[in-house]
Amino acid sequence: MSQALLQIKNLKVAYGGIHAVKGIDLEIQPGELVALIGANGAGKSTTLKTLVGMVKPAEGEILFKGAATNKLPVYDYVREGMVLVPEGRGIFSRLTVEENLQMGAYVRNDKAEIAADIERVFGLFPRLKERHKQLAGTLSGGEQQMVAIGRAMMSRPKLLLLDEPSMGLAPIIVQKIFEIIRMIAAEGVTMLLVEQNAKLALQTANRGYVMESGKITLADSAENLLANEAIQKAYLGE
Amino acid sequence: MDIFLQQLINGLTIGSIYALIALGYTMVYGIMQLINFAHGEVVMIGAMVTITFINLLVGMGVHLPGPLLLLAGLMMAIPVSMLVGYAIERVAYRPLRRAPRLAPLITAIGLSIVLQQLASLIWGRSFRPFPAILETNVHDFFGASITSLQIASMLITIALLAGLFFLVERTKLGRAMRATSQNPDVAGLMGVNINTIISTTFMIGSALGAVAGVMVAANYDQAHPYMGALIGLKAFTAAVLGGIGNLAGAVVGGFLLGFIESMGSGYLGTWTDGAFGSNYKDIFAFIVLIAVLVFRPSGLLGERVADRA
Ligand SMILES: Nc1ncnc2c1ncn2[C@@H]1O[C@H](COP(=O)(O)OP(=O)(O)OP(=O)(O)O)[C@@H](O)[C@H]1O
Ligand SMILES: [Mg+2]
Repeated sequence: MSQALLQIKNLKVAYGGIHAVKGIDLEIQPGELVALIGANGAGKSTTLKTLVGMVKPAEGEILFKGAATNKLPVYDYVREGMVLVPEGRGIFSRLTVEENLQMGAYVRNDKAEIAADIERVFGLFPRLKERHKQLAGTLSGGEQQMVAIGRAMMSRPKLLLLDEPSMGLAPIIVQKIFEIIRMIAAEGVTMLLVEQNAKLALQTANRGYVMESGKITLADSAENLLANEAIQKAYLGE
Repeated sequence: MDIFLQQLINGLTIGSIYALIALGYTMVYGIMQLINFAHGEVVMIGAMVTITFINLLVGMGVHLPGPLLLLAGLMMAIPVSMLVGYAIERVAYRPLRRAPRLAPLITAIGLSIVLQQLASLIWGRSFRPFPAILETNVHDFFGASITSLQIASMLITIALLAGLFFLVERTKLGRAMRATSQNPDVAGLMGVNINTIISTTFMIGSALGAVAGVMVAANYDQAHPYMGALIGLKAFTAAVLGGIGNLAGAVVGGFLLGFIESMGSGYLGTWTDGAFGSNYKDIFAFIVLIAVLVFRPSGLLGERVADRA
C-alpha cells in the first residue's frame, strides 16, 4: 500500500480539564473520501481543528505526507496542502464573493492561474458567478457554504477537511452541496468529511469512522457501516 | 474679512490632521478591537523627531530650501514613529491578545504615560518652537487668507488618503487586512500570518500619525512632549464620530470635527456676547464626543455590530 496522506496516531486533545478527544487513530489514503460521523459533542470539530493547528494536541502524532505537522504555525498548513472548511462556514461577510475566493488563494502568486481557478469555481457554482460582486454576508446559507468550499478549493488542497457542510441547509441545497463534493472527489482531491447527516455522508464516502465521546468506536468501509444495524439505529434513523 | 470662509480653511487644515490620526485609531480598532491610547504619543514623537532632525541639519550648516528640510525631517520621523508603533504592539498588546478587554486598555493608558515621560526626558518639558525654515506665504482666497503650508497639508492629506484607500481596497495586503479584521481565525486558515498583518496595521497607522504630527508642529509652530494627549483624544473623538473601525468614517469624522471646532471657536465670542472666546475651542471636541456616545454610539458610518457570521 502507498504511503498514507494523513495518519493520526493516539491523538488526545483537551480544553483545560475537558477531554474532547481521547486517543484516536485515523488514516487517509490519497484519493479517498473518508467520513467521520458522530453525535453532538463527540469531538469531530475538535479533531479537524487539531489537524490544521487551530488547537494543539495534548498527546499523539499527526503525520501529513509522512511528516509531523506539530511544529507548523497555523498559517503554514494551507501551504502544505491541508485546508479546513470550518463549521458554520467562516466566510468573510464584508468581502465580496470574488474577494473571498481570492483569499482562498492567498498563499499562491500565480495570478493567471488564480483567475482561471476562480472561473473553475464559478463553473462548479454558477450561482456564485452571478453574485461575484456581492458582499458574501448577504448571500443565503447555501450560497455561503458554496463560497466556503470554493474558497478552500482555491488553495488547490491535497487534503480538504469539511466540517458539517450540510448544517442548517434545506434538503435540496444539501443534495446540491453533496453533488459538488462528489465532483471535487472525482477530480482526485482527498477529503475528510465530518457530518451529522450520516446517511448522506456514508453514501458519498469510501470509508467511515464513527466517533463517540472522544473515541473512535468503529472504522469500516462506507458500505459496511451503512449495513451495520447498530449504526442504522443510532445514526441513520432506521 | 469673511469669518466663515476663514474658519472653513482653518477647519479643513486641522480636520486633515484629525483625519490622519483618527485613521490610526480606527485601523487598529478594526483589526483587534483595541483602542490604542498610546497613538497620540506616536504623533508627538513624529513632531519632536522632525524638529530635532531639522535643527540638527541646520546646525550642521546644511543649506537646503525650507520645504526640502521639512521633507528630510518627515523622512526621519516616519520610520521612527513606525518603529515606535511596531514596538508598542509587540511589547504591550501582543502578550495580552487573549486577555480580558480591560487589560490592554489599562496597558494602553499606562504606555501613553510612559512615552510622555520618556519624551520629556529626551526633549525637556517645555515647548519646542518649530524651526523657522519656511517663509510664510499668505495667499488671498476670496477675502480669507490661506498659507502655502495649509495648502500643502491638505494636498498631502488627500494624497495619503487616496493611497491608503487604494492599499486597503485594491491590493492583496489590504484584502488580507480586511479579512483579518472580519475573521482572524479563518484568515489564518487561508495562510495569512495574523501577527504580520497586525504589525503592518500599526506601522501604517503610525506613519500617518507621524505626518499628522509634523503638520501640527509646522502649522502651529510648536511641539511638546505632552501634545499627544489632547490631539490624540480629539482624533479619537473624530474616529468615534465617524464610526470606529470604519476608515471612511475616520476621514468624515476628522473633517467634521475640524469644521465644528473652527466654526465654534470663530463664532463663540459673537454667540456669547464676548463671555467666551476662541480659547474655549477645545470644548467642542468633548461636547461632540459625549453627544455621539449618548445618541449614536456606532457613529455616523458605523454598522451596528451583528455581522460576525
Ligand atoms: N473551545 C472550547 N472550550 C472548551 N470546551 C470545548 C471547546 N470546544 C469544544 N469543546 C468541548 O469539546 C467537546 C467536543 O466538541 P466538538 O466541537 O469537537 O464536538 P463535535 O463532534 O464537533 O460536535 P457537533 O456535532 O455538535 O459539532 C464538547 O464537549 C465541547 O463542549
Ligand atoms: Mg462540530
